[in-house]
Amino acid sequence: MPSVTKTIEIDSHTINFGPQHPAAHGVLRLILEMDGEVVTRADPHIGLLHRGTEKLIEYKSYMQSVPYFDRLDYVSPMACEYAFALATETLLGITAPERAQWIRMIFAELTRVLNHLLSVASFALDCGALTPGLWGYEEREKLLEFHEAASGARFHANYFRPGGVAKDMPAGMEADLAAWCAEFPKFVDKLESLLTGNRIWKQRVVDIGVISAADALAWGFSGPNLRACGVAWDLRRAQPYDKYAEVEFDVPVGLHGDCYDRYLVRIAEMRESVKIVSQALAKIKPGPVKVQDTKFAPPKRADMKHSMEALIHHFKLYTEGHHVPAGATYTVVEAPKGEFGVYLVADGTNRPYRCKIRPTGFSHLQVLDKLSRGHMLADVVAIIGSIDIVFGEIDR
Amino acid sequence: MVDNVVEPAVQVDEALVAVAALAGVTNVVRELGALVAHTTPLALLSLCQELRDGFGFAQVMDICGVDWPERPLRFELVYNLLSVTRNARLRLVVPVADGAAMPSVTGIWPSATWWEREVWDLFGIPFDGLADHRRIVSDYGFEGHPLRKDFPLTGYLEVRYDDERKAIVYEKVKLTQEFRNFDFLSPWEAMTTLPGDEKARG
Repeated sequence: MPSVTKTIEIDSHTINFGPQHPAAHGVLRLILEMDGEVVTRADPHIGLLHRGTEKLIEYKSYMQSVPYFDRLDYVSPMACEYAFALATETLLGITAPERAQWIRMIFAELTRVLNHLLSVASFALDCGALTPGLWGYEEREKLLEFHEAASGARFHANYFRPGGVAKDMPAGMEADLAAWCAEFPKFVDKLESLLTGNRIWKQRVVDIGVISAADALAWGFSGPNLRACGVAWDLRRAQPYDKYAEVEFDVPVGLHGDCYDRYLVRIAEMRESVKIVSQALAKIKPGPVKVQDTKFAPPKRADMKHSMEALIHHFKLYTEGHHVPAGATYTVVEAPKGEFGVYLVADGTNRPYRCKIRPTGFSHLQVLDKLSRGHMLADVVAIIGSIDIVFGEIDR
Repeated sequence: MVDNVVEPAVQVDEALVAVAALAGVTNVVRELGALVAHTTPLALLSLCQELRDGFGFAQVMDICGVDWPERPLRFELVYNLLSVTRNARLRLVVPVADGAAMPSVTGIWPSATWWEREVWDLFGIPFDGLADHRRIVSDYGFEGHPLRKDFPLTGYLEVRYDDERKAIVYEKVKLTQEFRNFDFLSPWEAMTTLPGDEKARG
């Protein structure tokens, strides 16, 4: 019998993943070129949440600019405010008082936990595990109560200011925080018992989306994603700001640079954050929480009742704002997702001349094509979950 | 006041001297503690190569533009470099004229691709050698470069969903209230020389 060769042509096809896909973590439009079930090319389209933050800030005073930062990375709002507050302080040449620095550190770390909880929980949810999400949200609610108690808002806190924080923590909050520090590691254990050793979870994430340390550096990785590749780089350790040089904590690193290591690094970082918060609580002392110069920080409400000068300062500060001497600074913080930077150019007036925001997820998302090539469609979802992206900051 | 001013010991800024010696660097300063080097578009590629290979700047964390409409070289491109091995940062500032193309550094740092796309999108500075020259954050079919200082804050077009036509429509921006640009600059701080007081400043 003559052999018959049959040629079957399987067309590669292109699919639109998002922008309304629940696993797209917001408004990611991902164009995937598929060969059957295997991804041959991934092209992320971003900008669907672009609100022109950088342009808007050019038309606002320095104090009015702070709330825009909450709306960047809305999963870790205070970390974004932190960068702007530090950048403005650098240009002004002022330093926040000690208590304000400790408070900012405490809230930066609470924000990190807040972010990692959502990140890990939604990552697990993307891979089919519902329970971490339910548990994680409950824990997040406890942290958001601290946010609300201190700033009055659950998410868009507007709490960090150039020169300190808006107001002191309410009475009794330090004790509440200490109680949380004692309880929270148990929750991390519980969360880990669901995932870390879970066979199904490991099958979904181990050896998925691997990137080498050299590639991660060349592609501008930072934060947990870079540390998961084995690069022990943490800005809190390498270029400490505020009081980070005075606390002890470990920088967890991964070995393989896959989705599983990125997950493990985040889990370990939550534990480290708790350590930092408890050390900060031990070291924090009563004192002022904003610079004692009414040119930069508003006077006390009580002073305004009988001091004309205080009233004038208050009025000037909330209409005109403060002038910032001409200059430029690129100030970075270790945000939960990585290096969050603000390149702030001042021209001597009361408005930023240019405020470039360096989002953390921008560089991570760029590598999605490289990470997902040759993987299955379901793995793309795991990879997106593991690199922890939020479109508020990527699109700005 | 006790007159005990001690002459500060002159400390050699080694990093600054090393960067100043590189070919193509026109000026190096320390600004608020950060090392800032100026260069020209022509020298950019060789300089970046040298900085990456010889100085360990393996990462470009950020590339952004700044618009200075009154300057002869209208734009400033700012490259924020980071070396995780040496724990050092360097800011490269490259002035570039309106309409002139910049050499792309994507061959040196692949992560520059999206940053350069963004600079093209927001400032309209083209990049020679950038393989992917699409806009990145603005809308599909967007016209203009929004972060230029002469681009109005409100933009030109607004988008809405028209329920009758069952389609998304683009219309000219209609402001129900005139754009209010609050100018709170007090003359006491913004005017450095008061009228009639020119002599005070010599």
